[in-house]
Amino acid sequence: MKSGAKRWLTIVIVLIAIVSAFSGHFNRYYLGIGIDIGINIILAVSLNLIMGHTGQFSLGHAGFMAVGSYTAASFTIACAKHAPESAAPFLLLGGLIIGGLMAAICGLAVGVPTLRLRGDYLAIVTLGFGEIIRVIFQNMEAVGAASGLTGIPNYTNFFWAWAAAAITIYVVTSLVNSTYGRGFIAVHDDEVAASAMGINPTRYKVTAFVVGAFFAGIAGGLYAHHKTVLAPTGFDFMKSFEIVVMVILGGMGRTVGVIIAAILLTVLPEMLRPVAEYRMIIYSLLIIIIMMARPQGLFTLKRSKGANA
Amino acid sequence: MTDLLQQLINGLALGAIYALLALGYTMVYGVLRFINFAHGDVFMLGAFAGYYLAGPVSKVIPAESYLGGIVVLALAMGICALLGVIIELIAYRPLRSRPRLTVLITAIGVSLFIEYTCQHEKVFGASPRKFPDLIPNTTWDIGGVVVGSAQVIVLVTTVLLLIGLTLIVQRTKIGTAMRAVSFNPQAAALMGVNVNHIISFTFGLGSALAAAGGILFAMNYSSIDPLMGVQTGLKAFVAAVLGGIGNLPGAALGGLLLGVIETFAGGMKGISNYRDAIAFGILILILMFRPSGLLGKQQTEKV
Amino acid sequence: MSTPLLQLDKVTIRFGGLMAVSTLDFQVQENDLVGLIGPNGAGKTTVFNLITGVYQPTEGTIQFAGSPTANRKPHQLTKVGIARTFQNIRLFASLSVFDNVRAAMQVHRSHGVRQALWRGKAYQAAEKEVNDRVMELLEIFKLGRLRDEDAKNLPYGDQRRLEIVRALATQPKLLLLDEPAAGMNPTEKAELAGLIRSIKERFKIAVLLVEHDMQLVMNLCERITVLDYGVKIAEGTPTEIKRHPKVIEAYLGEEQPA
Repeated sequence: MKSGAKRWLTIVIVLIAIVSAFSGHFNRYYLGIGIDIGINIILAVSLNLIMGHTGQFSLGHAGFMAVGSYTAASFTIACAKHAPESAAPFLLLGGLIIGGLMAAICGLAVGVPTLRLRGDYLAIVTLGFGEIIRVIFQNMEAVGAASGLTGIPNYTNFFWAWAAAAITIYVVTSLVNSTYGRGFIAVHDDEVAASAMGINPTRYKVTAFVVGAFFAGIAGGLYAHHKTVLAPTGFDFMKSFEIVVMVILGGMGRTVGVIIAAILLTVLPEMLRPVAEYRMIIYSLLIIIIMMARPQGLFTLKRSKGANA
Repeated sequence: MTDLLQQLINGLALGAIYALLALGYTMVYGVLRFINFAHGDVFMLGAFAGYYLAGPVSKVIPAESYLGGIVVLALAMGICALLGVIIELIAYRPLRSRPRLTVLITAIGVSLFIEYTCQHEKVFGASPRKFPDLIPNTTWDIGGVVVGSAQVIVLVTTVLLLIGLTLIVQRTKIGTAMRAVSFNPQAAALMGVNVNHIISFTFGLGSALAAAGGILFAMNYSSIDPLMGVQTGLKAFVAAVLGGIGNLPGAALGGLLLGVIETFAGGMKGISNYRDAIAFGILILILMFRPSGLLGKQQTEKV
Repeated sequence: MSTPLLQLDKVTIRFGGLMAVSTLDFQVQENDLVGLIGPNGAGKTTVFNLITGVYQPTEGTIQFAGSPTANRKPHQLTKVGIARTFQNIRLFASLSVFDNVRAAMQVHRSHGVRQALWRGKAYQAAEKEVNDRVMELLEIFKLGRLRDEDAKNLPYGDQRRLEIVRALATQPKLLLLDEPAAGMNPTEKAELAGLIRSIKERFKIAVLLVEHDMQLVMNLCERITVLDYGVKIAEGTPTEIKRHPKVIEAYLGEEQPA
């Protein structure tokens, strides 16, 4: 019910623009991590809508990201040849939106047939969808097949990544905090009771998948124009799992926690660079320990509701 | 025709391995209702156990003999059974009363931990290794259909293990207890069944079968690496769902079916590249149209 | 005679070989207060699930407000005016008391994704209206001061009441209460009886009550239907039911009708 939400969004985006204007003075390495953080926030917050709020455990978020990134990259590569340098922001914006829409269509394609499934069945099916999407890109000659897509223009900057993150946060929180949006959580808590209260669980689940996938697609587009190369293996089960871990560490359904977790889990691997060979071992151990010690997430203080599958 | 028969033999050999793995998924799902993501890694560890045991065993029993092969297989199964029990004890038992999602994430964590630890250069290293020949490597040409000794061993061993498993589950006291726990853990506990023992036993049994699967897989494809269990494990899980999760004959059937379908698809032009996606395609279709699998019972939620 | 609000016509449902409800004829008139009783396992909750669209009858038809309910989903039936509570309380555990009711308010409101994102004037007004309405309902049931409490932290009696409030928030014409007195002590039961009566008067709706507590049903309901093994064995006023030989037989050794 924060009526000033729209104003806040505007203020934040202006602030991001100001910071971005000075980004030329920043260390390029840190700037890169900054952009990574923005992209990961989008991924985590959008998955939080599907998983944290609506309770649909999805292990296929990287698949939506892949669709968005390949679509957006193909679009800008095709258009960049014919457009002047100054058109870059518009090309990126166009690419992001087209990529997001493609991902949203895939979200619909995943959401509808998997409605009846829950818990680990849903997890394994979404994982399967992610894998299928990856295999398709691996075989698609037009996007470089297994060797990957290269020569993507480097359009993503600090402003785009963080503005998109701000919009994602705005959309997900506005949605969930509205009377309409309480339905997402109601479906999560008790589907039978929700439908007895006139809430259509099907619609909510599909909406969550479509909106979540849309933003994952946007994140993918930003990622493509940040890294400038794409490899299908970058969007495997591991990537999906990383996003899941962000949501769980942040505390399912807790937007602030999820954002902090996204930041932390982007920075942590960088900090572990000196012990790179043990990095993933430490990472997996941390997951096990946290699941045992604080399954409700690292940053949830008051409520202790765990994650019911 | 010979071509089809050849594909069928190859498919059955692959399917038998899926079946062995699928049994472990299905048994654990039966008693604990969660996907043991680390099961594919136990399969990998089984193969590596075989790799490291082959040398020492060959000092006692001549290498490339059937007896030697059996000894290696049995030892690896024993080691992995122990590993399975330990994994359950350390990682899953403390989470017994937690939401299933927590356990699932932990299982993925355990799986990643095993994979990354094994990839470390001081453990196995990430690069693939050649698996030694455990049994005499002969091939028979039956009217154009080529059958290797490894394939025969895969099929024979799988059949024997399936019979053994059926006997354990159906005829022994502990098997009856297993079925009781999988039917209703609380009631089983009230009837004096030690649920913890049964769960440990289930993990041990499943892991032993996974180890057998790992060695048979390695014998057939002769190359092993720390990530060999990832895809195979996922597909074996699909096989378990295909057959109806929690259902032992279903898991075996699902495994064989999946192996055959994949092999045939792999032989077809145009589809062969998508081989790895087929299992998931089947999974999605199954869950959409018959969520309880081929042999599973339909269940409805009580309101 | 006008069409009844709810009419079950020879409704049968089988689960496998089990006939849970068998050729049941049953009616609820507008502004009625009807009781549905029967021993354990008589099929009372199954009747609720049939009426609310959770199950589809194997045979027979159900009509609500003159139109058949066949093949309609629970949420669609809620929209046309059927609301329910659950035998084992099913609140939205992680939502606050306020939001439990708020979630149920959206049935008759059309603002969805677009409005929630744009947050225009109409949206603000609609959200305010929802807020006021939720608070009004909570106040009627003396739950106003608990508005920010998590539903799962409420005491048992309050949870039961909140479930009723939540159901009322969908603006039903027919309210189904599934054993609302379960687990209550005599004082709470007496309060509940008063509450149900006042709901009926205040909201001008029909109430169908499934209950184990005979005394409560006998005191409250104008008409009672008795089920046993899925079959209707008696129907009538409380006095008639009390004397009905089949009813006494069905309850013998189970529990005595009070």
